[in-house]
Amino acid sequence: MAPVLELRGITKRFPGVLANDHINLTVEKGEIHALLGENGAGKTTLMNILYGLYHPDEGEILVNGNITAIKSPIDAIKAGIGMVHQHFMLVPVFTVTENVMLGEEFTKYGGVLDRAKAAQKVQEISDKYNLNIDPNAYIKDMPVGLQQRVEIIKLLFREANILIMDEPTAVLTPQEVVELFKIMQTLIDQGKSIIFITHKLGEVLESAKKITVIRGGKVVGSTDPKTATMNELANMMVGREVSLEVDKEIQKTGEIVLEVRDLKVLDPRGGVAVDEINFEVRAGEVLGIAGVQGNGQTELVRSLTGLLHAIDGTVLLSGQDITHSNPRQITELGTAHIPEDRQKDGLVLGLPISDNLVLNTYYLKPYSKGIWLDQKVIIETGKNLVKSFDIRTPSVFTPASSLSGGNQQKIIVAREFSRPIKLLIASQPTRGLDVGSIEYIHNRLLAKRDEGCAVLLVSTELDEVMQLSDRIAVLYRGKIISILDAKNASKEQLGLLMAGIIGETEKVSR
Amino acid sequence: MSPEKPQELKKNGLAIFWEEFSRSNFTVIFLAIFTGIFLGGVLVAATTTEVYDAFKVSFFSGIGKAFTTAINTYGALITGAIGNPQKIQAAFASGDALLIRRAINPFFESLVQTTPYIFAGLSVALGFRVGLFNIGAEGQIYIGALTGVWAGYAIPGLPPIIHIPVAMLCGALGGALWGFVPGLLKAKTGAHEVITTIMMNYIAFRLSDWLLKGPMADPNEVTPKTPWILPSAELPQLFEAPIRFHIGFFIALFVAFVVYLLLFKTTWGMELRMVGSNTNAAQYAGINVTSRTVIAMVLAGGLAGMAGSNEVLGINHRLIPAFSSGYGFDSIALALLGKSHPLGVVLAALLFGFLRNGARSMQLTVGVPTDIVSILQALILAFIAAPAIIRTIYRLKTPNHNEDIVSLRSWKG
Repeated sequence: MAPVLELRGITKRFPGVLANDHINLTVEKGEIHALLGENGAGKTTLMNILYGLYHPDEGEILVNGNITAIKSPIDAIKAGIGMVHQHFMLVPVFTVTENVMLGEEFTKYGGVLDRAKAAQKVQEISDKYNLNIDPNAYIKDMPVGLQQRVEIIKLLFREANILIMDEPTAVLTPQEVVELFKIMQTLIDQGKSIIFITHKLGEVLESAKKITVIRGGKVVGSTDPKTATMNELANMMVGREVSLEVDKEIQKTGEIVLEVRDLKVLDPRGGVAVDEINFEVRAGEVLGIAGVQGNGQTELVRSLTGLLHAIDGTVLLSGQDITHSNPRQITELGTAHIPEDRQKDGLVLGLPISDNLVLNTYYLKPYSKGIWLDQKVIIETGKNLVKSFDIRTPSVFTPASSLSGGNQQKIIVAREFSRPIKLLIASQPTRGLDVGSIEYIHNRLLAKRDEGCAVLLVSTELDEVMQLSDRIAVLYRGKIISILDAKNASKEQLGLLMAGIIGETEKVSR
Repeated sequence: MSPEKPQELKKNGLAIFWEEFSRSNFTVIFLAIFTGIFLGGVLVAATTTEVYDAFKVSFFSGIGKAFTTAINTYGALITGAIGNPQKIQAAFASGDALLIRRAINPFFESLVQTTPYIFAGLSVALGFRVGLFNIGAEGQIYIGALTGVWAGYAIPGLPPIIHIPVAMLCGALGGALWGFVPGLLKAKTGAHEVITTIMMNYIAFRLSDWLLKGPMADPNEVTPKTPWILPSAELPQLFEAPIRFHIGFFIALFVAFVVYLLLFKTTWGMELRMVGSNTNAAQYAGINVTSRTVIAMVLAGGLAGMAGSNEVLGINHRLIPAFSSGYGFDSIALALLGKSHPLGVVLAALLFGFLRNGARSMQLTVGVPTDIVSILQALILAFIAAPAIIRTIYRLKTPNHNEDIVSLRSWKG
């Protein structure tokens, strides 16, 4: 029986880079095939070729044993290939049905939309695959996990047999991930095949039937999850020994650097996002704030860094009141902020790397004299930072938009770490990054802690919080419901706390 | 992949400009202009009765006639813009000063038409750089003309070396005030600058009408106009009549250079560009987005104001109603064509200035209405703003990264 999908010798060149180098990939029917690789390894390019967004320079695509030319997403859809993107393409103010039928509308009387018929088909698909979606619900009212299912329905509506899922678990809570794997199993049982792009090694071993690792545009190996280990996979992805565990030195804590008292912050819609919380961070320690996305983390970090106005409470930095200070004042007092959304807050994508590396210091000597920028110094500094932080880029003049996610994050880290700081606020610092970059950033973060910097780590990745933190605070519905010593905390315990379930021993004493 | 050799550290304006141009596909701009000219020619041919008559005779004679009509039209446009080579030769051969001046006048008149375009183009371009759409350039030109002309006739006893800068400065201040209001409203309340600047335009037009009939009217004149400005305020002309070329052109070039220095060499300019490119990151970087927005609109208004005072002090020497006839609106297309870079704006202004001047004499010699130039400008603008059209027609490859002609904050660009 021919494999449902076969890629033979796919090669794709861009100016200056060979993105895909004679890649061979075989997917059998009913298989969950995981595609593993660092950012920039070529997986996204490969999938874009499969989905018709790029044309390969060489090679061919075979669907069910027949050579198929895919010149655009329309051809891909006709061939039964569908893609669930990492960033959903849904219209929030439309219903599920309207989103699903967009582009493939059912009409009656020659032109009038037939929503009822489409809704019926959506309902059938939802029932067949246990997706539990109401065709008439509005996207904006649905949690992310359910929105993702709508994306899946879109594909099934168009009779896709091969589903490509790009980093599907990046936006899901642990519970939603479990649900997604159940759905993927149902899809497989019904004869669909899934290609699953991910960085998360643990999930790959759990759910995939076959794993292909891509590095530098080439396939470096295909393994069977039953025999592979996480370390093996990480090594294949990066090409060298990668440590997935970090060795933490014994904590040497000093005085209190950051003190937060009764902080209250509102969210954009006027509800209370941060509900009178109290905590402190000492020099030389990492306080990790764990919690599911949407429990006030964003508002907390933004108010601590001067980007959002707190309506009550006090924030002290080494005793100085910074509750209502602006970002520049807070930065000048020795704070570094790695923002949650690097492209929105942390970088100006249109500007070159050299400018981004002085984004919050350009007005100081030696980068400028009075109002005159000293480009020589800026460029010199840029070159040094690119070297010492190993930022992969053709030159410091390249616009930041051309870099991969990991390298963009390295720009931010290089910038924030290259000044003397006593407080580091890192919000989702490794979101969307590959194993190599994650290792790098974790090491740098711990190095700062060992130097005596106070580190506030806000992350929805429980593993990351548990690995790096000395103490862990759990944020739930805007309140810190527990602060634990990291040594004593277990994943199950934290999982329950993140869901709001407090045991007796964990009640916060304050 | 080995890293490329990093470019020269001394990046002058030309290098940055060229880099930006080639990065955003210079071919598109060139083809946009070319396609616009071609379509303009088609339009001229399609609206000439002789062409239809020729088609009645035969298809080929029709095509031939269409071709010659277009060639003649563009020929008239070009000689109108830079002068008739034969006439120039003959004039120089004869040695008669007046004949020579008449022969080379088209070229210099084109430069005269270019000057307000440079100022207004810089104004709109500066707005785009900070993420704002300054449609108010036209109104700012009017106000700048009003304040400039007032300084020109109402302040006696100053030597030209002081009077001229003072008058230009007054023009700039007037325009700056007109930019300040929408800038403040945008920064404080989020009021959309497209709406507020258009409204300010109308206020400027009516204000100008009233002032010219009332407080600023020349008592000796029946129709609304201001008094003549004092000779000390006139921008010196470089040649005698009929050439009207004055130093305003060089002032404009100097101002373009200053804007370039501001945008790319100073901390202020870096902040403006950051605010325009990513307001969130600018805020994260500690920049006061509100004040920068206002400052940018004030500067943009000032630049447009100088376009107005340039016209008044250099050409008309008094203010008459409706003196500007669309410089402010044309400049929007100009700024886009010049990619909002001062050097690009100067080049685009030269193109528009020459076209505008050439169109007038084209209308006289071959009878094609000057509107053809407006259509030409509109086509070029459409092609620049939607590069996909050019790319599809000529089957160009798309660039790797997203090409933002402008990023406008108001539409969450």
